[in-house]
Amino acid sequence: MKTMNPVWRGLALLLAGGISGYFIGLGLDTLVSKQVNFTAPLAGLFSLLGAVTAFFFGLVGYHGVTRGLVFQTIGTLIGGFFVTGIRALMGLETFGNFFFTEPAWVFGALVGTLSFLAGVGALTDWFKWALGESTPEHHEDEPGWKKYFQLSLDHKVIGVQYTVTSIAVLGFGGIFALIFRTELAASQLQFLTTTFQAFDQNGLQFYNTLMSLHGMLMIVSILLGIAGVMNYLIPLLIGAQDMAFPRLNAFSFWIAVPAAVLLLSALFLGGFDTGWTGYPPLSTRSPLGVQMFFLGVFVAGWSSILGALNLIASVVRMRARGMTAFRMPIFAWAAIATSIIALTATQLIGLSFQLVMFQRLLGMGFFDPAKGGNPVLFQHLFWFYSHPAVYVFVLPGLGVISELLPVFVRKPLFGYRWIAMSSLGIALVGFLVWAHHMFTSGMNEYLRVPFMYSTLLVAVPTGVKFFSWVATLWQGKISTPTPMLFVLGGIIVFLMGGLSGPPNATVSTDLHLHDTYFIVGHFHDTMFGGYIFPFFAALYYWFPKATGRRMSEKLGKLHFWLMTPSFLVLTFAMMRVGLLGMRRRIADYDPALGFDLSHLIMTVAAYLIFTSVVIFLYNFFHSMKYGEKAEGNVWESRSPEWQVPSPMPVHNYQHAFQVVGEPYDYGLPGSKYVEFMKSQEGKG
Amino acid sequence: MRHFVVVAILVIALSTLTYSGLMAANLLPAQASEQALPVDWLFNLQFITISFLFSLIVVPLLYSLIVFRRKKGESGDGVHIEGNTPLEITWTAIPLVIVMGFAYLGAYSLGETRRIDPQAMVVNVTAQQFAWTFEYPETGVVSDVLYLPKDKQVLLKMTSRDVIHSFWVPEFRIKQDILPGRTTEYRITPTLEGDYRLRCAELCGSNHAYMLANVKVVSRADFDAWMAARAEEARAAADTPEGRGKTLVTQNGCLGCHSLDGSRGTGPTWLGLYGSSVPLSDGSTVTADDAFIKESILQPQAKYVAGYETIQMPVYTFTDEQIADIIAFIETLK
Repeated sequence: MKTMNPVWRGLALLLAGGISGYFIGLGLDTLVSKQVNFTAPLAGLFSLLGAVTAFFFGLVGYHGVTRGLVFQTIGTLIGGFFVTGIRALMGLETFGNFFFTEPAWVFGALVGTLSFLAGVGALTDWFKWALGESTPEHHEDEPGWKKYFQLSLDHKVIGVQYTVTSIAVLGFGGIFALIFRTELAASQLQFLTTTFQAFDQNGLQFYNTLMSLHGMLMIVSILLGIAGVMNYLIPLLIGAQDMAFPRLNAFSFWIAVPAAVLLLSALFLGGFDTGWTGYPPLSTRSPLGVQMFFLGVFVAGWSSILGALNLIASVVRMRARGMTAFRMPIFAWAAIATSIIALTATQLIGLSFQLVMFQRLLGMGFFDPAKGGNPVLFQHLFWFYSHPAVYVFVLPGLGVISELLPVFVRKPLFGYRWIAMSSLGIALVGFLVWAHHMFTSGMNEYLRVPFMYSTLLVAVPTGVKFFSWVATLWQGKISTPTPMLFVLGGIIVFLMGGLSGPPNATVSTDLHLHDTYFIVGHFHDTMFGGYIFPFFAALYYWFPKATGRRMSEKLGKLHFWLMTPSFLVLTFAMMRVGLLGMRRRIADYDPALGFDLSHLIMTVAAYLIFTSVVIFLYNFFHSMKYGEKAEGNVWESRSPEWQVPSPMPVHNYQHAFQVVGEPYDYGLPGSKYVEFMKSQEGKG
Repeated sequence: MRHFVVVAILVIALSTLTYSGLMAANLLPAQASEQALPVDWLFNLQFITISFLFSLIVVPLLYSLIVFRRKKGESGDGVHIEGNTPLEITWTAIPLVIVMGFAYLGAYSLGETRRIDPQAMVVNVTAQQFAWTFEYPETGVVSDVLYLPKDKQVLLKMTSRDVIHSFWVPEFRIKQDILPGRTTEYRITPTLEGDYRLRCAELCGSNHAYMLANVKVVSRADFDAWMAARAEEARAAADTPEGRGKTLVTQNGCLGCHSLDGSRGTGPTWLGLYGSSVPLSDGSTVTADDAFIKESILQPQAKYVAGYETIQMPVYTFTDEQIADIIAFIETLK
């Protein structure tokens, strides 16, 4: 075993762990239900947990993430049995369809989450401090790649951890989408039929579960992705040694891992059929899976809130000398705008989901009209976060576009202050528009008009960004390596998302468009243009900074030219069938509508996008080890992180820098953005 | 200067091309209601604006990529322009005026779709997982097909028995959610005779995709004839137990899940149910006699038919007489 490549060892153990987990789960299920069910929920859940834990065990041994997962499993069981014991003493039902009863699962899942954090070591320093022991300011990470699977306080390591986790979650979300996209390729049900059975769900229910999880996993993936990029970059861009609160930073990342496990477990525990919006009363009637979904989002919310707090503190307090507000890299403005929203709005989705959890567990009637509750109240609480959330997703991406554009155009960013202020403007207006998701909901009719006004206002700061980008391109010296291609793709795709927005904002047209595929096309355009494309641009652009190697240009261009046209075709087709009458979130559509060909095209496009991402993944992991060496300023950027060799040294800048000019003065001879200080002056 | 002229011409050309492309693509379903007119009018305005703004960004972007690209062997930077405040103010102010104009027109067209005819015909709509029931209060007729007379405003008073649903006939354009515990209103004036499909637009559970109902818009005369026939039918039905039973199961939406023709729905079919032996989820079988059917209606969770374990049938409260009528109706389904 010693000489075996750890990746192969991990994969071999993944298989073994998956199979043994399956039989443990099957055994437990058989013990309780007294009959053998090969697609038993518990068998699936244990199979997943066993496989993932064994994979990490093979990769890094019993450290870090492996220990966390083992702790989480044991913690969940302890919590579950604790509540089951109490229920037994009270004479209540002890075991149900899913082994534990619902209250036992919820409590177990919470204990499991905390156990994960204890197991991975995210709480260790705080416990030691509480006991009066001191710990070193910095924990030195072991060299090599194993540090990425353990607790680290280095913002660069955490940034990579976030990014890679984000890509893993993206993979799950994408594969789920492909499964149901395949079902949609033709009308009628092909394989997710009513006789299909998996984890206590028939085909239609499984479709809904996959569709709902696709939405939520992608959202979590985006939150992790932006956190990854911001964590890695912000301290480098502002000249800090680390984030303001390194332990909180590690905590924010690691709490997202059990959250992802909880979300995935929903698939096995009966699933849920509410979509990611989880509207009651449907969500109060859904199977157990919906509780795991609520809990997963609740826990992931902590990651987002604490991460945002840390980021704002870092940008406000730790900037290099001379870096006044309007000399910050533009990406820092985007990060601040996004963090303000995440810090102040995320609570509302946690709250709304928590209320439904309580309604299910304790019989409260918050949203139950029979008990004087109001289901529309939930929608207000939910969208008060979930609308601003889309700006959380796109603002960092738009920041990446503004950050990279001047580098490849060799020209200053046109209207820097306007772009900076437009990010804040979007964040601010974003708080005032939530009810535009509810134009058909039966909310107060006249209130729809002010929400229409505020929603349309978003177009103004967004327009400022587009016009300024185009003005930046004008009379530049434009080159188009892979990162720039993704920047341009992002602009075009986000433009499609932006232009398809106003018809949803004006109430009367939205009454037709609401809950149709037009909306699906519209938000996939905004998410891809505002996040996916810039995220890929950022990965291609900063990959050399993190690894000292470059990703292959040839494969990068193939990735771009395969993904962009496929994606545009996909969303155009979505919007077209939506206008013509295709509803959202349906497993099957009426053949009489004549959408079969459109859906077939969409499915093919989805597979092409998937192929392009597989090419990207190969390029990404292959280049880490075998990519062309790139240790200098590969893009001829003025930004401080490119003025030092790659990969970035452990404690960032050996000599502190001070800001002596404008960040994007390309084309101004003799100008400099930063100057490194030789002595220790101004350090800290 | 030459650059600006070329770009301006291209913007106009591409705008025209995009708009005619959008028009040629036939992007909206048939226009079958009075309320669709203001909606489609605003759609058209949106398409014009979208075509123009699309061109306004895409043309200079692509133009720059071609004309201002870094040619082979070229080095050096672009022109040092940091910004232009009057320009920024312009492209903040003009869009501001445009979107506020759109908001005004949006409110106006919303108002147009909400015009109230005090003489509107009322239909009570009940939605439930996964069925629609329509009741015409003037005559007491209940139907699972929504018949509407042409050119007459209808006021739908809608409520739900369980979760949130949404009323949408694409050809009518407007959409309205239906909530449990309260009534939402929807006004429509059909203008085009024909057969349409009502589709639930708010995710309501596993069979959401199949929560459909037929909508028929007919002439006033045909509507009156249909209504008279249905009223007569209802009067005749009230005289026999199976007739009353049929009215009850139609009114309560039972047929949304239980088919009468043997096809598999959300729940088991009723064809040949009475007196048959039914396999249950625990492996046993039971004879579908009066007692079993009564229990299944009043306590649907007491026994699950094999293959339907995951379905949560709503609990109904019927009187013993009503249940006897329903059973009499089911008995006729041989």
